[in-house]
Amino acid sequence: MFRRLPSTAPRVEIFVDGRAITARSGDTVAAALLADGQNWTREAANAGTRRGPYCLIGHCHECLVEIDGQPGQHACLVTVRDGMRVVRTRRMEDGT
Amino acid sequence: MQAAFDVIVVGGGLVGAAIAYGLARQHRARTLLLDEGDIALRASRGNFGLVWVQGKGRGFPAYTRWTMASADAWPAFSEEIEDATGIDADYDRPGGVDLAFDAAELHDLATGMHDIRSGLNGRDYPFDVLDQRGLKNIFPHVGDGVAGGIHCPHDGVANPLRLLQALHAGFARSGGTYVARCPVASVQPQPSGVRVRTGQGDYSGATLVLAAGLGTTGLAAQAGMTVPLHPNRGQLMVTEPMPAMLGLPTVNVRQTREGSFLIGYTSEDAGLPTETTQAGLGAIARRAVTAFPFLAGVRIVRTWAALRIMSPDGFPIYARAPDHPHIVAAACHSGVTLAAMHASRLPDWIVGAEDAPDLSAFSSERFDVPTAA
Amino acid sequence: MNRTCSLAVIGAGPAGMAAARAARDAGADVTVIDDNAAAGGQAYRDLQANAASRPGAMTVLGDDYGQGRALLERFQSCGATIMTGAGVWSVEPGGTVHVVDHAGVGQVQARRVIIAAGAMERPVPIPGWTLPGVITLGAAQTVLKSPGLVPDGRTVIAGCGPLLYLAAMQLLDAGADIAAILDTTRPGHRRAALAHLPGTLLNAAPLRKGLKWRRALKRSGVPFIPDAYGIRAHGTEALETVVYGTGGQHQTVAADTLLLHAGIVPSHHLAALAGCRLQWDGMQAAWHTVADDWGATTVDTIGVAGDCAAIGGAELAVQSGRLAGLDAAYRLGFLDRAARDRAGSSVLRMIRRQRPLRRFLDSYFRPPDEFLMPPDDDTIVCRCEDVTAGAVRQAAALGAPGPNQTKAFTRAGMGPCQGRMCAATVAHLIAEVQNRPVSGIDPLRARPPLKPLTVGQMAASAE
Repeated sequence: MFRRLPSTAPRVEIFVDGRAITARSGDTVAAALLADGQNWTREAANAGTRRGPYCLIGHCHECLVEIDGQPGQHACLVTVRDGMRVVRTRRMEDGT
Repeated sequence: MQAAFDVIVVGGGLVGAAIAYGLARQHRARTLLLDEGDIALRASRGNFGLVWVQGKGRGFPAYTRWTMASADAWPAFSEEIEDATGIDADYDRPGGVDLAFDAAELHDLATGMHDIRSGLNGRDYPFDVLDQRGLKNIFPHVGDGVAGGIHCPHDGVANPLRLLQALHAGFARSGGTYVARCPVASVQPQPSGVRVRTGQGDYSGATLVLAAGLGTTGLAAQAGMTVPLHPNRGQLMVTEPMPAMLGLPTVNVRQTREGSFLIGYTSEDAGLPTETTQAGLGAIARRAVTAFPFLAGVRIVRTWAALRIMSPDGFPIYARAPDHPHIVAAACHSGVTLAAMHASRLPDWIVGAEDAPDLSAFSSERFDVPTAA
Repeated sequence: MNRTCSLAVIGAGPAGMAAARAARDAGADVTVIDDNAAAGGQAYRDLQANAASRPGAMTVLGDDYGQGRALLERFQSCGATIMTGAGVWSVEPGGTVHVVDHAGVGQVQARRVIIAAGAMERPVPIPGWTLPGVITLGAAQTVLKSPGLVPDGRTVIAGCGPLLYLAAMQLLDAGADIAAILDTTRPGHRRAALAHLPGTLLNAAPLRKGLKWRRALKRSGVPFIPDAYGIRAHGTEALETVVYGTGGQHQTVAADTLLLHAGIVPSHHLAALAGCRLQWDGMQAAWHTVADDWGATTVDTIGVAGDCAAIGGAELAVQSGRLAGLDAAYRLGFLDRAARDRAGSSVLRMIRRQRPLRRFLDSYFRPPDEFLMPPDDDTIVCRCEDVTAGAVRQAAALGAPGPNQTKAFTRAGMGPCQGRMCAATVAHLIAEVQNRPVSGIDPLRARPPLKPLTVGQMAASAE
């Protein structure tokens, strides 16, 4: 996991899968997740195993999440806003 | 001369690979399949994946019958190739729907289907014309901008990429020889056979099958055959997987077994470029959202374009060289639908089997007749 | 967000900023598009925010980082229109740049486009690299720069490249608990690199810096394992241990975070999508965009600059950005050819002096084969579609002539990353199975959208 170096950036509250976490203004969504001890962003479609951000600069597409209702957003590129709602990508259940 | 084969098939796309697979498996022919490099026009890699009957063969009943025969042979064909290779081509035959976006379009579609039915001289050709309400029964999520559609129980789907892989794997398992990155430079008819010159040397065979997509025209000409073809660009896109929303495929949108939506397609006479265009992608996206409004919020994973292989009347060409009956050409844009025939009955015709089908209607001689202006 | 301009620059990193400024100074109207929240690229990521509010971070990140401030300030005052938080999902050869941001889709129509999309870290497909807790070393450096995160718990660094030593030092200084550094630099590659050494003496400062970092690391007391191999990540739901070989022995080290690195490679996907020709660079083991000294590609309207053209690092990227900006100004009629050549001549000389050093570094830090062609068939190579090395080898054994056919057969490269993570690995595996040189294998065709887009956005984009 990750810990935060001393920062004076204001606190911001975002919701991850409905649960409130504290982030700091200027965080990307991925950084906010990592700082909160959340190491995954999606469940792999085939294997079903969890995946976390790998490159953190927009190439690997492992961190695509839904942000405020918009699917397929890069958690590593989008900056947090107070009250933002993040939904991690779940694997599709067979036959649903 | 590197080797002598019973048959040389030029073209490793869906048409050539199906023929080569059928020749090697069913006729135990020593078959050589010559293919292009990795960056080829390769319409087979851009296919929408319909095993489709409705709308096929208006004014050309032989094509309707050929299509229906292939659709009927598909269940056994898909089982056979899965048994041989372990590759499931995701074949399914739930029936299918062609959507009409206004009353005039629905009327045109229905008229076309009645024409096709009457061309079959009484053969069973089931379909239903659906109004908006009938459509809602099949597709609860259909948009109000759709006027109706044609439902046909014969229609189905398959995964064209898995099919292509299965045909290649099945061909290899039947003892076929596959050489890629081997474009054919020239075709040289011989008194008893044929020699082809390639970038990787010369090959000789008793029979030659030209199934090289748009490249067929030029190669066939070297054997004295006229095979007129032109490209027709289709643009498509595919989305992320979603829960099952569409039970049946439509011509515009279908949901794959994995849950992705395939969204098609444009039909453009735009020459050889295989780039997507903003105008084309925007148009098919708008039509898809009109058909199924929930698609607006679904993420696109990839878009692409491919070139259909079109004859002047849009129907397949199966032709023998007039002076070299051991040289044949096969060209069409329905490589998935017709795969079951291309892997069985077409090889019978190629080798001149006793019970071979009569394919004379598909000869390119039909284009020699001057048409009234 | 639709607009027209003379020059569109994609990427506001060192190269993009320099290109924009050079073209602006000559009088061109310039729009710069970047998908990050602020200009600076990876090299100067969030530099201004850090300088304003986190002096601690500035100390950890060092002088080279701080030196970007002047460049950023000159860029911001040059008069270019700057669009941040905007992803480019397609570029057409006619100069249309398709953009998506939180507000929706739009187009920038330009007479010329400079692609300065930077680099990405070379993917390192080892067994277990898809486990949460395994990220790239550059990723750790990225979140260290902003917002200032340090790996917490036992951290292992594995791989090779000049960045390895620098980033390891930065992480140590920031207080990370580094359990081991597994240096995979191969002795054979080190020896081969010596051939390029003489030319680098003209420009030895970076080498001295690198040696200094390496010595400091060894002195730091962190277990430093030279010639490490056979690196694997293990864990059930997330990383638990890292296994590696050294001197014929297998060792296991408990780890919460594994940071992988095998150098950086050009991010060529936008250029490929625009139709620019790519070429395999055997020394770098990566594709790069074919371009002349001024960054002009094989497509008339498109230039490239910085690491996305050829890897050179931030300083060189600034120089190549200036050249591409001057060349754009010339082609757009804001400068005559002589003025372009005058302004560019010293820059060109500077760039040529750097080349031997790049060749030395590429050769010295060439990734080990186990990173390029995962030997274990179970290793996932395509992360998006979970395609293994074994599946790709099988397709190659069927005779598939290249990555585009193996993509059709295996789905490798079909997911949202558009092959960024697997294309080079797939090419290496095909080459291995078919006993061909990688240079003869065609690159994977790039397909739009290169950034996520919904069907609704696509429908709106052409209205």
